[in-house]
Amino acid sequence: MKPLSKGNPVLVLVLGICSALAVTAQVKPALVMGISVVVVTAFANVIVSLLRNSIPNRIRIIVQLVVVAALVIIVEQVLKAFAYEMWKQLSVFIGLIITNCILMGRLEAFALGNKPFESFIDGIANGLGYAIVLFIVAFFRELLGSGTLFGYQVIPQALYDAGYSNNGLMILPPMALIVVACIIWVHRAINKDLQEK
Amino acid sequence: MNKNSNLYTFIYSSVMVILVAAALAFTNGALKERQTKNGDIDKMSQILRSVKIEANASNAERLYNETIQNVYLIDHTGAILESDPRAAFAVDIAKEVGKDVSERKLPVYEAQVDGARKFILPVYGAGLWGPIWGYIALNEDKKTVFAASFSHQGETPGLGAEIATPAFQQQFEGKSMFRENAFTSIAVVKSGHKADGKDAVDAISGGTITSQGLEAMLLNSIGAYNTFLTSNSTESNQHENQ
Repeated sequence: MKPLSKGNPVLVLVLGICSALAVTAQVKPALVMGISVVVVTAFANVIVSLLRNSIPNRIRIIVQLVVVAALVIIVEQVLKAFAYEMWKQLSVFIGLIITNCILMGRLEAFALGNKPFESFIDGIANGLGYAIVLFIVAFFRELLGSGTLFGYQVIPQALYDAGYSNNGLMILPPMALIVVACIIWVHRAINKDLQEK
Repeated sequence: MNKNSNLYTFIYSSVMVILVAAALAFTNGALKERQTKNGDIDKMSQILRSVKIEANASNAERLYNETIQNVYLIDHTGAILESDPRAAFAVDIAKEVGKDVSERKLPVYEAQVDGARKFILPVYGAGLWGPIWGYIALNEDKKTVFAASFSHQGETPGLGAEIATPAFQQQFEGKSMFRENAFTSIAVVKSGHKADGKDAVDAISGGTITSQGLEAMLLNSIGAYNTFLTSNSTESNQHENQ
Protein backbone atom coordinates (compact mmCIF):
# COMPACT_ATOMS: atom_id res chain seq x y z
CA MET A 1 0.00 0.00 0.00
CA LYS A 2 2.94 2.22 -0.67
CA PRO A 3 1.16 4.51 -3.19
CA LEU A 4 -1.25 5.68 -0.50
CA SER A 5 1.41 7.38 1.58
CA LYS A 6 5.14 6.95 1.08
CA GLY A 7 4.88 6.48 -2.66
CA ASN A 8 1.92 8.79 -3.12
CA PRO A 9 1.82 9.97 -6.73
CA VAL A 10 0.85 13.53 -5.87
CA LEU A 11 2.73 14.11 -2.62
CA VAL A 12 5.98 12.29 -3.33
CA LEU A 13 6.22 11.93 -7.09
CA VAL A 14 4.40 15.26 -7.68
CA LEU A 15 2.40 13.95 -10.62
CA GLY A 16 -1.10 14.93 -11.68
CA ILE A 17 -0.87 18.39 -10.11
CA CYS A 18 -2.71 20.20 -12.92
CA SER A 19 -6.02 18.46 -12.34
CA ALA A 20 -5.51 18.70 -8.59
CA LEU A 21 -5.68 22.47 -9.03
CA ALA A 22 -8.67 22.56 -11.28
CA VAL A 23 -11.30 20.39 -9.67
CA THR A 24 -10.70 20.89 -5.97
CA ALA A 25 -12.76 24.01 -5.31
CA GLN A 26 -15.54 21.73 -4.07
CA VAL A 27 -15.50 18.27 -2.52
CA LYS A 28 -18.05 16.60 -4.80
CA PRO A 29 -16.34 17.13 -8.18
CA ALA A 30 -13.01 16.26 -6.56
CA LEU A 31 -14.46 12.98 -5.41
CA VAL A 32 -15.96 12.16 -8.81
CA MET A 33 -12.65 13.06 -10.45
CA GLY A 34 -10.83 10.83 -7.95
CA ILE A 35 -13.13 7.89 -8.67
CA SER A 36 -12.78 8.41 -12.43
CA VAL A 37 -9.00 8.34 -12.15
CA VAL A 38 -9.12 5.18 -10.00
CA VAL A 39 -11.29 3.45 -12.60
CA VAL A 40 -9.17 4.57 -15.53
CA THR A 41 -5.79 3.72 -13.95
CA ALA A 42 -7.00 0.33 -12.77
CA PHE A 43 -8.42 -0.76 -16.12
CA ALA A 44 -5.70 0.81 -18.24
CA ASN A 45 -3.17 -1.07 -16.11
CA VAL A 46 -5.01 -4.37 -16.61
CA ILE A 47 -5.38 -3.92 -20.37
CA VAL A 48 -1.78 -2.87 -20.92
CA SER A 49 -0.62 -5.71 -18.69
CA LEU A 50 -2.64 -8.22 -20.73
CA LEU A 51 -1.16 -6.85 -23.93
CA ARG A 52 2.36 -6.45 -22.54
CA ASN A 53 3.84 -9.42 -24.37
CA SER A 54 2.36 -8.49 -27.71
CA ILE A 55 2.94 -4.73 -27.79
CA PRO A 56 5.67 -3.81 -30.28
CA ASN A 57 8.29 -1.96 -28.29
CA ARG A 58 8.60 0.90 -30.75
CA ILE A 59 4.97 2.00 -30.48
CA ARG A 60 4.28 1.10 -26.87
CA ILE A 61 3.68 4.70 -25.76
CA ILE A 62 1.14 5.13 -28.54
CA VAL A 63 -0.60 1.91 -27.57
CA GLN A 64 -0.75 3.07 -23.96
CA LEU A 65 -2.15 6.42 -25.02
CA VAL A 66 -4.85 4.80 -27.14
CA VAL A 67 -5.90 2.53 -24.29
CA VAL A 68 -6.06 5.44 -21.83
CA ALA A 69 -7.85 7.72 -24.27
CA ALA A 70 -10.48 5.10 -25.06
CA LEU A 71 -11.14 4.46 -21.36
CA VAL A 72 -11.35 8.16 -20.56
CA ILE A 73 -13.86 8.74 -23.34
CA ILE A 74 -15.98 5.85 -22.07
CA VAL A 75 -15.90 7.31 -18.53
CA GLU A 76 -16.90 10.69 -19.90
CA GLN A 77 -19.77 9.23 -21.92
CA VAL A 78 -21.05 7.34 -18.90
CA LEU A 79 -20.92 10.46 -16.73
CA LYS A 80 -22.72 12.43 -19.41
CA ALA A 81 -25.49 9.86 -19.48
CA PHE A 82 -25.87 9.18 -15.77
CA ALA A 83 -24.48 12.21 -13.93
CA TYR A 84 -25.11 15.12 -16.26
CA GLU A 85 -24.62 17.90 -13.68
CA MET A 86 -21.29 16.40 -12.70
CA TRP A 87 -20.26 16.10 -16.33
CA LYS A 88 -21.05 19.76 -16.91
CA GLN A 89 -18.90 20.78 -13.97
CA LEU A 90 -15.94 18.57 -14.78
CA SER A 91 -16.25 18.83 -18.57
CA VAL A 92 -12.75 19.33 -19.96
CA PHE A 93 -10.96 17.95 -16.92
CA ILE A 94 -12.27 14.45 -17.60
CA GLY A 95 -10.60 14.64 -20.99
CA LEU A 96 -7.46 15.82 -19.28
CA ILE A 97 -7.21 12.55 -17.37
CA ILE A 98 -5.54 11.34 -20.56
CA THR A 99 -2.61 13.63 -19.92
CA ASN A 100 -2.47 12.81 -16.22
CA CYS A 101 1.12 11.71 -15.69
CA ILE A 102 0.13 9.20 -13.01
CA LEU A 103 -1.48 7.07 -15.69
CA MET A 104 1.36 6.96 -18.17
CA GLY A 105 3.81 6.62 -15.31
CA ARG A 106 2.14 3.52 -13.91
CA LEU A 107 1.62 1.95 -17.34
CA GLU A 108 5.25 2.45 -18.27
CA ALA A 109 6.74 1.57 -14.90
CA PHE A 110 4.45 -1.17 -13.68
CA ALA A 111 1.90 -2.63 -16.06
CA LEU A 112 4.41 -3.35 -18.84
CA GLY A 113 6.35 -5.68 -16.56
CA ASN A 114 3.75 -7.24 -14.27
CA LYS A 115 0.81 -9.63 -14.35
CA PRO A 116 -2.75 -8.28 -14.79
CA PHE A 117 -3.90 -8.81 -11.21
CA GLU A 118 -0.93 -7.05 -9.63
CA SER A 119 -1.37 -4.28 -12.18
CA PHE A 120 -5.01 -3.93 -11.27
CA ILE A 121 -4.15 -3.53 -7.56
CA ASP A 122 -1.36 -1.10 -8.43
CA GLY A 123 -3.76 0.97 -10.52
CA ILE A 124 -6.36 1.13 -7.77
CA ALA A 125 -3.76 2.00 -5.12
CA ASN A 126 -2.26 4.81 -7.19
CA GLY A 127 -5.68 6.12 -8.18
CA LEU A 128 -6.69 6.14 -4.52
CA GLY A 129 -3.48 7.91 -3.55
CA TYR A 130 -4.44 10.62 -6.00
CA ALA A 131 -8.09 10.66 -4.91
CA ILE A 132 -7.18 11.04 -1.23
CA VAL A 133 -5.01 14.08 -1.87
CA LEU A 134 -7.72 15.61 -4.05
CA PHE A 135 -10.24 15.01 -1.31
CA ILE A 136 -8.09 16.62 1.40
CA VAL A 137 -7.34 19.66 -0.76
CA ALA A 138 -11.00 20.03 -1.75
CA PHE A 139 -12.09 19.62 1.88
CA PHE A 140 -10.07 22.63 3.03
CA ARG A 141 -10.79 24.72 -0.04
CA GLU A 142 -14.55 24.24 0.13
CA LEU A 143 -14.68 24.61 3.92
CA LEU A 144 -12.65 27.81 4.04
CA GLY A 145 -13.64 29.19 0.66
CA SER A 146 -17.40 28.62 0.65
CA GLY A 147 -18.16 27.49 4.20
CA THR A 148 -19.80 24.34 2.84
CA LEU A 149 -19.03 20.64 2.43
CA PHE A 150 -20.66 18.61 -0.36
CA GLY A 151 -22.72 21.76 -0.93
CA TYR A 152 -24.18 21.76 2.60
CA GLN A 153 -23.56 24.74 4.84
CA VAL A 154 -21.37 23.67 7.73
CA ILE A 155 -20.13 26.97 9.08
CA PRO A 156 -22.99 28.25 11.24
CA GLN A 157 -24.70 31.52 10.40
CA ALA A 158 -23.86 32.80 13.88
CA LEU A 159 -20.19 32.90 12.96
CA TYR A 160 -20.93 35.03 9.89
CA ASP A 161 -22.98 37.37 12.06
CA ALA A 162 -19.98 37.65 14.33
CA GLY A 163 -17.92 39.02 11.44
CA TYR A 164 -16.47 35.84 9.88
CA SER A 165 -16.42 35.75 6.11
CA ASN A 166 -15.45 33.18 3.50
CA ASN A 167 -11.98 33.45 2.08
CA GLY A 168 -12.58 34.04 -1.63
CA LEU A 169 -8.90 33.38 -2.35
CA MET A 170 -9.37 29.71 -1.45
CA ILE A 171 -11.63 29.26 -4.46
CA LEU A 172 -8.98 30.47 -6.90
CA PRO A 173 -6.48 28.00 -8.39
CA PRO A 174 -3.29 29.32 -6.71
CA MET A 175 -4.58 28.30 -3.29
CA ALA A 176 -4.80 24.69 -4.45
CA LEU A 177 -1.04 24.74 -5.01
CA ILE A 178 -0.49 26.23 -1.60
CA VAL A 179 -2.77 23.69 0.08
CA VAL A 180 -0.98 20.85 -1.75
CA ALA A 181 2.33 22.30 -0.58
CA CYS A 182 1.08 22.41 3.02
CA ILE A 183 0.00 18.78 2.79
CA ILE A 184 3.41 17.80 1.42
CA TRP A 185 5.02 19.71 4.28
CA VAL A 186 2.97 17.86 6.90
CA HIS A 187 3.52 14.57 5.09
CA ARG A 188 7.29 14.98 5.06
CA ALA A 189 7.37 16.12 8.65
CA ILE A 190 5.75 12.81 9.59
CA ASN A 191 7.78 10.64 7.20
CA LYS A 192 11.27 11.84 7.97
CA ASP A 193 12.89 9.36 5.56
CA LEU A 194 11.35 11.23 2.62
CA GLN A 195 13.27 14.40 3.42
CA GLU A 196 16.18 15.13 1.15
CA LYS A 197 19.50 15.78 2.80
CA MET B 1 6.55 -13.62 -36.02
CA ASN B 2 9.11 -10.92 -35.48
CA LYS B 3 7.60 -8.43 -33.10
CA ASN B 4 9.90 -5.66 -34.18
CA SER B 5 9.15 -5.93 -37.86
CA ASN B 6 7.36 -3.10 -39.60
CA LEU B 7 4.59 -5.40 -40.76
CA TYR B 8 3.80 -6.59 -37.23
CA THR B 9 3.75 -3.03 -35.92
CA PHE B 10 1.53 -1.95 -38.76
CA ILE B 11 -0.98 -4.77 -38.35
CA TYR B 12 -0.94 -4.40 -34.57
CA SER B 13 -1.80 -0.71 -34.66
CA SER B 14 -4.45 -1.15 -37.35
CA VAL B 15 -6.27 -3.88 -35.43
CA MET B 16 -6.04 -1.90 -32.21
CA VAL B 17 -7.45 1.25 -33.76
CA ILE B 18 -10.34 -0.62 -35.34
CA LEU B 19 -11.21 -2.36 -32.07
CA VAL B 20 -11.06 0.87 -30.08
CA ALA B 21 -13.15 2.69 -32.66
CA ALA B 22 -15.78 -0.05 -32.52
CA ALA B 23 -15.87 0.06 -28.72
CA LEU B 24 -16.27 3.84 -28.66
CA ALA B 25 -18.92 3.84 -31.37
CA PHE B 26 -20.84 1.23 -29.42
CA THR B 27 -20.65 3.22 -26.15
CA ASN B 28 -21.75 6.36 -27.89
CA GLY B 29 -24.62 4.62 -29.64
CA ALA B 30 -25.82 2.97 -26.47
CA LEU B 31 -25.78 6.12 -24.37
CA LYS B 32 -26.78 8.70 -26.98
CA GLU B 33 -30.48 8.79 -26.19
CA ARG B 34 -29.94 9.30 -22.47
CA GLN B 35 -27.37 12.03 -23.10
CA THR B 36 -29.64 13.97 -25.46
CA LYS B 37 -32.44 13.70 -22.93
CA ASN B 38 -30.18 15.03 -20.19
CA GLY B 39 -29.24 17.94 -22.43
CA ASP B 40 -32.88 18.74 -23.14
CA ILE B 41 -33.83 18.56 -19.48
CA ASP B 42 -30.96 20.87 -18.63
CA LYS B 43 -32.14 23.35 -21.24
CA MET B 44 -35.70 23.12 -19.92
CA SER B 45 -34.64 23.91 -16.38
CA GLN B 46 -32.65 26.91 -17.61
CA ILE B 47 -35.70 28.19 -19.50
CA LEU B 48 -37.86 27.66 -16.42
CA ARG B 49 -35.39 29.53 -14.25
CA SER B 50 -35.90 32.61 -16.44
CA VAL B 51 -39.55 32.70 -15.31
CA LYS B 52 -38.53 32.07 -11.69
CA ILE B 53 -39.43 28.41 -11.57
CA GLU B 54 -36.79 26.22 -9.97
CA ALA B 55 -36.82 22.75 -11.46
CA ASN B 56 -34.65 19.70 -10.91
CA ALA B 57 -33.88 16.79 -13.20
CA SER B 58 -36.95 14.82 -12.14
CA ASN B 59 -39.64 17.47 -12.52
CA ALA B 60 -38.19 19.73 -15.22
CA GLU B 61 -40.02 18.07 -18.07
CA ARG B 62 -43.42 18.18 -16.33
CA LEU B 63 -43.03 21.81 -15.22
CA TYR B 64 -41.81 22.77 -18.67
CA ASN B 65 -44.85 21.25 -20.36
CA GLU B 66 -47.15 22.97 -17.87
CA THR B 67 -45.52 26.37 -18.18
CA ILE B 68 -44.43 26.73 -21.78
CA GLN B 69 -47.51 27.12 -23.93
CA ASN B 70 -45.97 27.66 -27.30
CA VAL B 71 -42.58 27.57 -29.01
CA TYR B 72 -41.96 28.91 -32.49
CA LEU B 73 -39.26 30.29 -34.73
CA ILE B 74 -39.44 33.74 -36.27
CA ASP B 75 -37.18 35.70 -38.58
CA HIS B 76 -35.98 39.26 -37.99
CA THR B 77 -39.17 40.73 -39.49
CA GLY B 78 -41.26 38.87 -36.94
CA ALA B 79 -42.77 36.44 -39.47
CA ILE B 80 -43.20 32.89 -38.28
CA LEU B 81 -40.81 30.43 -39.90
CA GLU B 82 -41.59 27.29 -38.00
CA SER B 83 -44.44 26.61 -35.62
CA ASP B 84 -43.52 23.07 -34.59
CA PRO B 85 -42.43 23.33 -30.93
CA ARG B 86 -40.00 20.43 -31.21
CA ALA B 87 -38.16 21.90 -34.17
CA ALA B 88 -38.06 25.30 -32.51
CA PHE B 89 -36.75 23.84 -29.25
CA ALA B 90 -33.98 22.00 -31.10
CA VAL B 91 -32.54 25.12 -32.77
CA ASP B 92 -28.89 25.61 -31.83
CA ILE B 93 -28.76 29.20 -30.67
CA ALA B 94 -24.95 29.19 -30.69
CA LYS B 95 -24.99 28.80 -34.46
CA GLU B 96 -27.77 31.31 -35.04
CA VAL B 97 -26.08 34.27 -33.31
CA GLY B 98 -23.11 33.93 -35.63
CA LYS B 99 -25.25 34.51 -38.72
CA ASP B 100 -26.35 37.78 -40.22
CA VAL B 101 -29.49 39.10 -38.52
CA SER B 102 -31.58 38.64 -41.65
CA GLU B 103 -30.73 34.93 -41.81
CA ARG B 104 -31.23 34.02 -38.19
CA LYS B 105 -33.91 31.67 -36.98
CA LEU B 106 -35.10 33.16 -33.72
CA PRO B 107 -36.83 30.97 -31.14
CA VAL B 108 -39.59 32.42 -28.97
CA TYR B 109 -40.94 30.55 -25.94
CA GLU B 110 -44.35 31.67 -24.75
CA ALA B 111 -44.95 30.89 -21.11
CA GLN B 112 -47.96 31.20 -18.86
CA VAL B 113 -46.92 32.26 -15.37
CA ASP B 114 -49.55 33.09 -12.74
CA GLY B 115 -52.07 33.78 -15.48
CA ALA B 116 -49.86 36.24 -17.37
CA ARG B 117 -48.17 35.66 -20.70
CA LYS B 118 -44.35 35.92 -20.84
CA PHE B 119 -42.05 35.83 -23.83
CA ILE B 120 -38.80 33.99 -23.23
CA LEU B 121 -35.94 34.79 -25.60
CA PRO B 122 -32.64 32.93 -25.66
CA VAL B 123 -29.39 34.93 -25.65
CA TYR B 124 -25.88 33.73 -26.44
CA GLY B 125 -22.51 35.46 -26.44
CA ALA B 126 -18.90 35.37 -25.34
CA GLY B 127 -17.54 35.83 -21.84
CA LEU B 128 -13.89 35.96 -20.89
CA TRP B 129 -12.95 32.28 -21.12
CA GLY B 130 -15.78 30.78 -23.10
CA PRO B 131 -19.41 31.11 -24.12
CA ILE B 132 -22.07 32.63 -21.90
CA TRP B 133 -25.76 32.21 -22.54
CA GLY B 134 -29.11 32.62 -20.92
CA TYR B 135 -32.81 33.28 -21.23
CA ILE B 136 -34.61 36.58 -20.82
CA ALA B 137 -38.29 36.52 -19.96
CA LEU B 138 -40.19 39.61 -21.06
CA ASN B 139 -43.60 40.63 -19.78
CA GLU B 140 -46.65 40.71 -22.00
CA ASP B 141 -45.76 44.27 -23.15
CA LYS B 142 -42.60 42.71 -24.71
CA LYS B 143 -40.51 45.51 -23.24
CA THR B 144 -39.91 45.06 -19.56
CA VAL B 145 -37.94 42.15 -18.20
CA PHE B 146 -39.82 39.73 -15.98
CA ALA B 147 -36.72 37.77 -15.00
CA ALA B 148 -33.45 36.54 -16.47
CA SER B 149 -31.21 33.53 -16.11
CA PHE B 150 -27.62 33.25 -17.26
CA SER B 151 -25.20 30.37 -17.48
CA HIS B 152 -21.56 30.12 -18.46
CA GLN B 153 -19.07 27.47 -19.38
CA GLY B 154 -15.94 28.48 -17.53
CA GLU B 155 -15.93 32.04 -16.20
CA THR B 156 -13.70 32.72 -13.21
CA PRO B 157 -15.32 31.57 -9.95
CA GLY B 158 -16.09 34.53 -7.71
CA LEU B 159 -15.67 37.01 -10.58
CA GLY B 160 -17.23 36.42 -14.00
CA ALA B 161 -19.05 33.34 -12.79
CA GLU B 162 -21.19 35.61 -10.60
CA ILE B 163 -23.45 36.24 -13.61
CA ALA B 164 -25.06 32.89 -12.81
CA THR B 165 -26.03 33.98 -9.28
CA PRO B 166 -29.54 35.11 -8.31
CA ALA B 167 -28.12 38.35 -6.89
CA PHE B 168 -26.89 39.43 -10.31
CA GLN B 169 -29.86 38.13 -12.26
CA GLN B 170 -32.45 39.77 -10.01
CA GLN B 171 -31.15 43.18 -11.04
CA PHE B 172 -32.74 42.68 -14.45
CA GLU B 173 -36.26 42.34 -13.11
CA GLY B 174 -38.44 45.26 -14.13
CA LYS B 175 -35.77 46.84 -16.34
CA SER B 176 -36.89 47.85 -19.81
CA MET B 177 -35.31 46.89 -23.12
CA PHE B 178 -36.88 50.00 -24.70
CA ARG B 179 -36.81 53.75 -24.22
CA GLU B 180 -39.57 55.68 -25.98
CA ASN B 181 -40.34 52.73 -28.22
CA ALA B 182 -36.77 52.44 -29.50
CA PHE B 183 -34.73 49.36 -28.69
CA THR B 184 -31.86 50.22 -26.33
CA SER B 185 -31.08 46.92 -24.65
CA ILE B 186 -29.85 47.01 -21.06
CA ALA B 187 -26.42 48.31 -20.17
CA VAL B 188 -24.11 46.64 -17.69
CA VAL B 189 -22.18 49.43 -15.98
CA LYS B 190 -19.82 49.95 -13.06
CA SER B 191 -21.89 49.99 -9.89
CA GLY B 192 -23.17 53.42 -8.97
CA HIS B 193 -22.94 54.69 -12.55
CA LYS B 194 -25.83 55.30 -14.90
CA ALA B 195 -26.07 54.64 -18.63
CA ASP B 196 -27.27 57.36 -20.98
CA GLY B 197 -30.66 56.75 -22.49
CA LYS B 198 -31.15 53.19 -21.31
CA ASP B 199 -31.75 51.08 -18.28
CA ALA B 200 -28.69 49.63 -16.59
CA VAL B 201 -27.64 47.02 -14.08
CA ASP B 202 -24.49 46.88 -11.96
CA ALA B 203 -21.58 45.03 -13.48
CA ILE B 204 -19.56 42.52 -11.50
CA SER B 205 -16.52 44.13 -9.97
CA GLY B 206 -13.47 42.25 -11.16
CA GLY B 207 -15.50 40.58 -13.89
CA THR B 208 -15.20 43.37 -16.44
CA ILE B 209 -14.79 41.32 -19.60
CA THR B 210 -17.62 38.98 -18.67
CA SER B 211 -19.86 41.97 -17.89
CA GLN B 212 -19.03 43.61 -21.20
CA GLY B 213 -19.64 40.30 -22.97
CA LEU B 214 -23.01 40.06 -21.31
CA GLU B 215 -23.97 43.57 -22.40
CA ALA B 216 -22.93 42.80 -26.00
CA MET B 217 -24.80 39.51 -25.84
CA LEU B 218 -28.06 41.23 -24.87
CA LEU B 219 -27.67 43.87 -27.53
CA ASN B 220 -26.89 41.35 -30.26
CA SER B 221 -29.32 38.58 -29.34
CA ILE B 222 -32.35 40.59 -28.24
CA GLY B 223 -31.72 43.22 -30.94
CA ALA B 224 -32.58 40.67 -33.60
CA TYR B 225 -36.09 40.46 -32.16
CA ASN B 226 -36.61 44.22 -32.50
CA THR B 227 -39.46 44.03 -35.04
CA PHE B 228 -41.17 41.21 -33.20
CA LEU B 229 -40.97 43.08 -29.91
CA THR B 230 -42.30 46.38 -31.25
CA SER B 231 -45.18 44.87 -33.23
CA ASN B 232 -48.48 44.40 -31.46
CA SER B 233 -49.63 41.55 -33.62
CA THR B 234 -49.23 38.92 -30.93
CA GLU B 235 -52.89 37.99 -31.18
CA SER B 236 -52.57 37.01 -34.81
CA ASN B 237 -49.49 34.96 -33.99
CA GLN B 238 -51.49 33.03 -31.51
CA HIS B 239 -54.25 32.25 -33.94
CA GLU B 240 -51.85 30.94 -36.50
CA ASN B 241 -50.44 28.57 -33.96
CA GLN B 242 -53.67 27.22 -32.66
